[in-house]
Amino acid sequence: MKTMSFIQAVDDALAQAMAEDPHIIVFGEDIPLLRRDLLVRFGPRRVRGTPISESAFLGAGVAAAMAGLRPVVEMYMVDFLGVCMDALLNHAAKVEAFSGGKWTAPLVVRAPCGGGYGDGGQHEQSLWGMLAHIPGLTVIVPSTPADAGGLMLAALKQDGPVIILEHKLLSEMWLEFLGSGARKTVSFDIPAGGTKGSVPQKWEPLPLGEATLRRDGHDLTIISLGVSVHRALEAATLLEAEGISAGVLDLRTVSPLDKKTVCQEVIKTGRLLVVDEDYETFGLSGELAAVILEAGIAFKYARVCTQMTIPYSRHLEDEVLPNVKRICTAAQQLMK
Amino acid sequence: MAPDLWSLYALMLKARLFEEAATKLWYEGLISGEMHLGTGEEGIIAGVVSQLRDGDAMALDHRGTAALLMRGVDSVSLLHEFLGHPQGLCGGMGGHMHLFSKEHLAASSGIVGSAGPAAAGFALAAQYLHPQSIAVAFFGDGAMNQGMLMESMNLAAVWKLPVLFVCKDDGWGITTQSDVSTAGNLDDRARGLGLLAFSVDGVDAARVWEIAHSAIERIRSGEGPVFLHARCVHLEGHFLGLQTIRILRDPLKEMPKVAVGLTKSILKLHGAAVSERITGLKSIMSSVIAALRDPRRDHAHDPILHTRAALQSDETRLKAMEDRMEEDIHNILITVLGEVPS
Repeated sequence: MKTMSFIQAVDDALAQAMAEDPHIIVFGEDIPLLRRDLLVRFGPRRVRGTPISESAFLGAGVAAAMAGLRPVVEMYMVDFLGVCMDALLNHAAKVEAFSGGKWTAPLVVRAPCGGGYGDGGQHEQSLWGMLAHIPGLTVIVPSTPADAGGLMLAALKQDGPVIILEHKLLSEMWLEFLGSGARKTVSFDIPAGGTKGSVPQKWEPLPLGEATLRRDGHDLTIISLGVSVHRALEAATLLEAEGISAGVLDLRTVSPLDKKTVCQEVIKTGRLLVVDEDYETFGLSGELAAVILEAGIAFKYARVCTQMTIPYSRHLEDEVLPNVKRICTAAQQLMK
Repeated sequence: MAPDLWSLYALMLKARLFEEAATKLWYEGLISGEMHLGTGEEGIIAGVVSQLRDGDAMALDHRGTAALLMRGVDSVSLLHEFLGHPQGLCGGMGGHMHLFSKEHLAASSGIVGSAGPAAAGFALAAQYLHPQSIAVAFFGDGAMNQGMLMESMNLAAVWKLPVLFVCKDDGWGITTQSDVSTAGNLDDRARGLGLLAFSVDGVDAARVWEIAHSAIERIRSGEGPVFLHARCVHLEGHFLGLQTIRILRDPLKEMPKVAVGLTKSILKLHGAAVSERITGLKSIMSSVIAALRDPRRDHAHDPILHTRAALQSDETRLKAMEDRMEEDIHNILITVLGEVPS
């Protein structure tokens, strides 16, 4: 087994796919600097920088995908999709339906997401719930290097638009670029299990829409994704010492949602705690409750999510984002 | 009309001393996240902001510190905000990229180009609520490629909105040189959208003031928006800790970090032909060389030194002013931190 960092894994899987498929091109702002290793291997025709014009280059990515290329379009941050939502909401997501299933837009949108390094509420959002809300978009949120690479490869083989969100706390490159600026005087609560890990010798695509059980438990099921999976695992260890056995299910993809495994795990324990760094209302955490209710399962429910605009202040930010303490408290309440 | 060089110098120095203090605090880890300084663009900001009055609005980008200080926002509350303190300008919620002062009708955003629509909206409100008032949009040349900015210029032109669009052109968009991302000529672009356009070297605060003065008079009299294109050099690049600037300052330490990955990748099997790979490598090298030739190292591009040179004949007054301002920032730091960072 090889070991890789989260971002190395994504780039390595992407490079493997680019070597096999000349239709894959990569573009976005500052890409010649940010993806310089891909640039020197695949050349400037396939790895290119864009103007700061998200509406133009994401929209162009959609149509280039329709016309036979397989663009990987990079957003500086998922927050900036706000500038160009039209390309995803009204175009990428609609092509297949509008064409009666005869035409698709197989592009991959790659974007850093998430908070925990003090950049404020316009640069640290999650937004996967908002994206997964739209029929026709596949939304991936990996939590480990092995998943990140395998799911990137799956995204590149999917016949439709896929958004892959890379949490900045899992990526040393983004954390250095946006968080520390190479300072040694700042520190972040980085989950070790997500930043570095074993990866396969050769990447194989992982199935999309398949959750994975990170930890088995019989008292309650914690369902999570991204960095929160690691917070949930840490909480589960603490809860075990109190005699509470908590399982942790990592969704890995938000859309399609692995409803079958979600229901199976909740039937097992009868208690669901959703830990979701995205906004609490009208999102993934509520959707999970709806899915299980629709399946006719009786269960107790709680959630730990982000309830407000993420504060700039590091101290306030740590309170607002799901943390181990909040997860433990919610789990204890559920057990009462 | 001629500007008062002393007051322009005082405004610029106030902002510079504040941002230099913020730089120290950022390096010490007391300020989190990114830190975009306005050092190098103070000549543009002072030349424009010194002419604003009650009722005028400012739409700022991610680099709004200098404009807010010059507009009169309290330095202590601004520094508290940078530190994420509850007594900060925005209660520690916004940080340096998201600064708001309702009292000054000043709003910032970290979304590139968004100052355009915001200024158009402030100007629209001014037409109804405070006739004769104007709105200023500050943005970089990178933002000129955002649809929302070009759209708001058109909107401002057709509605004759009282907006001064100020493009602070440093020739870079984050780490990308503008000549590979921006086609055509920015002044022509603005004129094509129906605006009057003026160009000025932002190192010369007095010249900026003069041009902005006639532009603002025009805008106040209801003749529609103006585009002010001011060149500048950001002394610290896009933000503090930027890798290309680190390479520039400490190549022996920083280059190997970059080179290892590049060497591995360029030699990998399966990929582009050798000539394509070399073109890719050359484009990276050319950005490093551009950084080495970077004007940020040349004091001639510092607007503060430029204006100071014109004031040097009155050394006594200059020294008194600088001493007072140094004491001011010293006191601000003592108030906020209880000590001056060394």
